[in-house]
Amino acid sequence: MEKTKELQKVEEQFETFQILDEKGKIVNKEAMPELSDEQLKEMMTRMVYTRIWDQRAISLNRQGRLGFYAPVAGQEASMIGSQFALDKKDWILPGYRDIPQIYYHGLPLHQAFLWSRGHFQGGQVPEGVRIMLPQIIIGAQITQTAGVAMGLKKDKEEQVAVTYTGDGGASQGDFYEGMNFAGAFNLPAVFIVQNNRFAISVPVEQQSAAKTIAQKAVAAGIHGQQVDGMDILAVYAATEEARNRGIEGNGPTMLELMTYRYGPHTMAGDDPTRYRTSEEDDEWEKKDPIVRFRKFLEGKKLWSEEEEEKIVEQAKEDIKAAIKEADGAPKQKVTDLIDITYSDQKPTNLDEQREQYEKKESK
Amino acid sequence: MAQMTMIQAITDAMRNELKNDEKVLVYGEDVGLNGGVFRATDGLQKEFGEERVFDTPLAESGIGGLAHGLSLTGYRSVMELQFFGFVFEAFDSVAGQMARLNYRSGGVYNAPVTIRSPFGGGVKTPEMHADSLEGLMAQTPGLKVVIPSNPYDAKGLLISAIRDNDPVVFLEHMKLYRSFRDEVPEEEYTVPLGKADIKREGTDISIISYGAMVQTSLKAAEKLEKDGISAEVVDLRTVSPLDIETIIESVKKTNRAVVVQEAQKQAGIAATVVAEINDRAILSLEAPVGRVTAPDTIFPFAAAEDTWLPNEKDVAAKVKEIIEF
Repeated sequence: MEKTKELQKVEEQFETFQILDEKGKIVNKEAMPELSDEQLKEMMTRMVYTRIWDQRAISLNRQGRLGFYAPVAGQEASMIGSQFALDKKDWILPGYRDIPQIYYHGLPLHQAFLWSRGHFQGGQVPEGVRIMLPQIIIGAQITQTAGVAMGLKKDKEEQVAVTYTGDGGASQGDFYEGMNFAGAFNLPAVFIVQNNRFAISVPVEQQSAAKTIAQKAVAAGIHGQQVDGMDILAVYAATEEARNRGIEGNGPTMLELMTYRYGPHTMAGDDPTRYRTSEEDDEWEKKDPIVRFRKFLEGKKLWSEEEEEKIVEQAKEDIKAAIKEADGAPKQKVTDLIDITYSDQKPTNLDEQREQYEKKESK
Repeated sequence: MAQMTMIQAITDAMRNELKNDEKVLVYGEDVGLNGGVFRATDGLQKEFGEERVFDTPLAESGIGGLAHGLSLTGYRSVMELQFFGFVFEAFDSVAGQMARLNYRSGGVYNAPVTIRSPFGGGVKTPEMHADSLEGLMAQTPGLKVVIPSNPYDAKGLLISAIRDNDPVVFLEHMKLYRSFRDEVPEEEYTVPLGKADIKREGTDISIISYGAMVQTSLKAAEKLEKDGISAEVVDLRTVSPLDIETIIESVKKTNRAVVVQEAQKQAGIAATVVAEINDRAILSLEAPVGRVTAPDTIFPFAAAEDTWLPNEKDVAAKVKEIIEF
């Protein structure tokens, strides 16, 4: 497709923001966020932990001990870096893959496993933890985020509402409606698109004629930025800036984080070799967020093999304990589900149906 | 007591709740300065300010998502869908998202949202304005669907809907908006959700209906009285969940029933009412339960509307058929 000058001009504005290159070198000193050594180590710890969790979750899924699972390896910098820039009182409205962010925001690990198994206790968000459950409908969380952000603004809370979707999510009508509402009402919202290149099997080039997803923010009249999503420092800095923009009353932001998922779309039978080449996989693995951040930290003498090994062991132990805790949850009953269909009084016909299931369950 | 049209009663209910609870917000397309295309929100923005009563961009899915998100931060939304035929644009928000919020969070989150919307035939609107889509909504657990038939009920039911902690679809038949006045108290009162009402006592047959068809059924009942038939008219008021008890009590008293709805025949509310009567009162019946509905076509273009819609003659004829069975 031939691009007009006007369109080219727009597209040229959306260059990828990067701080740390693939070799672990700082290439954009002025943009370096202010982070203590402890914070830098914590970010690395969380990425390593998430990678191990992902490996364990895949294996547990294969053993039939976990339910629905969408792998996250490759996206650690996007997920961890963006959540790390948030305050605990900010809201997160995740997509189905964004479990690490809500775990680090306060959802206990065993509940993440229960959610994966389709147990309702997995969705019982602890009091004070400001997250929504992972969204299954692509894009629904985007318009909801505008609502949460409006509530925060009305309550004069200096917080933001952050939501995640993928490159496919950016094709949904709700993606535009959510950004447009947030822009029209000048709301403290951050819309994060983790562009991992594929909506299940369809490459991003087939999602849209737009060269970047970031430029879609222009149509909503809000700030948009494309970021190297394999670079945790760039993701952190961009999210922090977006957050500040929101709480200072300067409106919403949309961030496109350029990343890659190494594994299948979900563990429910997707085979990425049908739509991806091993060359492409290799190319992206060279950009690995953990490898590059490890090099950076080692250069600052903040990281060692032993330290990482300890984290790996800790992660394995925590996961084992969380699975055990999830195994101990009471068997899910249909009567429980009948009880939570309405928050107010149950309709009488539902009462009758409850009685039927009570009998069935007592057999 | 004041005489109010249904639209005035609806405005009064919103005013009452905006006063009563500062977390209540009223919004939608054209509801602010313009007061809504039917003037249902007339004067509310002036009285309560742009923070409480406001216009949104023209996007129904966005409005639904906004309501959902506002619920998470403790707000109680009264969102207007300009015409209910536009609900398809917001269907995920309403039926897919809000309705299951309590369920999927195991009771931690809830969506206290009232989805107000005009609908209903007989006023010659363009396509996608008049359709009776309550059957689609009623099939969604977690959602309540309310359809008033008169100004008094409209005010009391709307106050209940706004105070309810679950999403309530509140459908306002356009033909009832200004067709008659009713005595409506200016002070607050509620009419409970999920409770049907006997609008006319009778002994020979129960006519079970809701919305504008209650008025049609009442007219039919008057006519039938002249022919010596005493019809009881049951107004469902809430079509989901149904007040099965009141329906069955009435049928057990009269031993005959006709269910009347403006919507098409297939599936829908009337079919459910018939099934419940079969399940619970079949031995009380002297005849099969009759149904008066629109035919199973798309809602017609305006020129054929009057024939397409069920009317009092259709109701009276069906009642006679059941009586003479």
